[in-house]
Amino acid sequence: MRTTNNASSRSLEISTTRNLDDSKSRNLDDSKSRNLDDSKSQNMEWTTVIKPKEKLLQVDFKELWRYRDLTSLFVRRNITTQYKQTILGPLWYIIQPTITVLMYMVVFGGIAKIPTDGLPQPLFYLSGVCLWQYFSDCLNKTSSTFVANAGIFGKVYFPRMVVPISTVVSNLLRFGIQLGLFLVVYAIYQIWVIPGQIHTNWYALLLPVLVLMLAGLSLGFGILFSSMTTKYRDLQLMLDYFVRLWMYATPVVWPLSTITNAKLHLAMSLNPLTPIIEAFKYGFLGAGEFSWGGLAYSFAFTVVLLAVGVVLFNRVQRTFMDTV
Amino acid sequence: MATAIEFNNISKLYRLGMVGTGTLAHDMKRWWTMNIRGKEDPYLTIGETNDRSSKGTSDYVWALKDIDFKVEQGDVVGIIGKNGAGKSTLLKILSKVTAPTTGTIRARGRIGSLLEVGTGFHPEMTGRENIYMNGAILGMTKAEITKKLDEIVDFSGCERYIDTPVKRYSSGMMVRLGFSVAAHLDPEILVVDEVLAVGDAEFQKKAIGKMQDVSKGEGRTVLFVSHNMASIKALCRHGVLLENGRVKCAGNMENVIDQYISQSDLSIRKRNWEVNDSKPACITGIEIQVEGKRTDQLIDMNDRIKIVVEYYIKEPLKGSNISFVLYKDAIPLFSTWDVDSSPELLNYREKGYHRTEFYLTNNLKPGIYDMRIDIGIPNRGTIDLKESPLQFEIRNILTEGSRKSFTRTGLFQFSIKWTDTNI
Repeated sequence: MRTTNNASSRSLEISTTRNLDDSKSRNLDDSKSRNLDDSKSQNMEWTTVIKPKEKLLQVDFKELWRYRDLTSLFVRRNITTQYKQTILGPLWYIIQPTITVLMYMVVFGGIAKIPTDGLPQPLFYLSGVCLWQYFSDCLNKTSSTFVANAGIFGKVYFPRMVVPISTVVSNLLRFGIQLGLFLVVYAIYQIWVIPGQIHTNWYALLLPVLVLMLAGLSLGFGILFSSMTTKYRDLQLMLDYFVRLWMYATPVVWPLSTITNAKLHLAMSLNPLTPIIEAFKYGFLGAGEFSWGGLAYSFAFTVVLLAVGVVLFNRVQRTFMDTV
Repeated sequence: MATAIEFNNISKLYRLGMVGTGTLAHDMKRWWTMNIRGKEDPYLTIGETNDRSSKGTSDYVWALKDIDFKVEQGDVVGIIGKNGAGKSTLLKILSKVTAPTTGTIRARGRIGSLLEVGTGFHPEMTGRENIYMNGAILGMTKAEITKKLDEIVDFSGCERYIDTPVKRYSSGMMVRLGFSVAAHLDPEILVVDEVLAVGDAEFQKKAIGKMQDVSKGEGRTVLFVSHNMASIKALCRHGVLLENGRVKCAGNMENVIDQYISQSDLSIRKRNWEVNDSKPACITGIEIQVEGKRTDQLIDMNDRIKIVVEYYIKEPLKGSNISFVLYKDAIPLFSTWDVDSSPELLNYREKGYHRTEFYLTNNLKPGIYDMRIDIGIPNRGTIDLKESPLQFEIRNILTEGSRKSFTRTGLFQFSIKWTDTNI
């Protein structure tokens, strides 16, 4: 075994002949030694290649799929650890929207007297709160993906996208429970309080699509924000505030039908959340503005947003450790 | 044998200082020159070499520059170098935590990294749940982990606590569990950074054994970074010495270690550290004093060498000791504990700043010595560890002819009394 100990030839090969070969060719002609290597390696492929920059659109979905177990473990972790060491536990899922709805009934229904499309206030607010809460929770959580997970991201590699995806998925549980609460309240009204006056229709079956779009939108905005906030935290500070304002630009506490000004109506319809929430209300409660066009717009918006978000996220994840 | 990993001119540029308003200006300039004018990144040319101690003029520093070497399949390669030489950056690039600025790495097989074990442990989840979490983070599937669960639990020696949340674990147990998961990964290439620094002696031995099995028995490639020359020497056949982000030398591990030891700064006799508030105790200063000599004078064999250790105790500690190990050529010569002379410290160590000192024995032969000092609790693990904080050289200045010739073999020089009688 021959070993070299000088800086000019840094090869660790054991075989003497190859070692000689390499150090010679490396000193004389660098490109030649590369060629040599390439021909040698043909019989066994390189499985990992680490380069400074990947192509912009090169997103490794296969890899993401390979890590699906990690995604499901993250989901479980998010769910099980959220209410550890609390007395009420998952009951908080129900307490929070209940209090919010009561508050809205006092402030918006009682004091401001904003109409609710002729629907009972609890039902109207609850439907908006459920959907909005899911969206804003996901957005707030996913938007800090890089900053909040810098510790673990800095030590080991796995597709970073696993984290925001698992957040969006684990929040579905909470949404499901709140939707359950909504259905209970709905049943109470439909059966006892105002029997038969709520005109639920087939559009309610769109629910899975609506939820998927909400998830896509929050994920898209979230990863976009998290990618943009690794270096400059300004946006992070803005986001919290921005999300709170956003709620008032979304038909959560007011129905779209109250806006009679055509320009304002159009502006509100440009909010990709508007058609989703209106469609939900229309399907379950029979009130609101349903339009396929609006939904198609939201869907297209979601797709474009996700594409941009994924590309940017993918770009940032490679070097964010240096700037976070 | 085939090449497992090939580093081709890997470089990594870091920007020093804070991210603030000035960064935006730099980013704009970079974006302008690269995207609008279609030229190269203007900041790539101005980076300076990575020398921690000298003050540079540029904000940009090459943490790694033109790293170019190959690793054989089944080899265990040790990467050594001073703090800030670029070892961890290199491993981070290899484990895809961050991307290189220039250059490519090509590798055959899955790369599994073991950078500070226990990452991704969630304090509220049980040991078992965390094994799954940790394994999945390292790239295993649920089925793979289930298949190896018993083995992992067994290796870690934490069977009793496996259904207890890990927040109740001691730090040593956490490391054991983390290492066990990673050691049972099946990547063709394993990247290991400083894991053996924690955990007790028994577990360190077990871990080294496991890593040897991994490379010898299973033919996997291991890249290993450590300051602990003894474990590096025990594990690695080949080594790479990094200095200021460049490869200083590469090849046979022993030669590389020699090179490393000879390059260490022997003129430094004192080092200090800030108090680390997250630890219950920490070492704040280590000093080598030579009786009757200034710090810039050489140390002779006959000098009395005093080691002074200053440390800080945040909360009164029970059962702790301070241990000192002296190394020569990566071989541990002996270890001594402060509780040997003051057993009462084992029961109770008061909070506040402490200073403890002792004289080294007078039978050290000429050569370069290294040390390891830690505060820890026997059988539970170390609290604070200083691996190779200072090196010193003992010389034989007063050679008195053949009577004191020091070319004798052996590690120590004793004055042993011989009695000779004419019979």
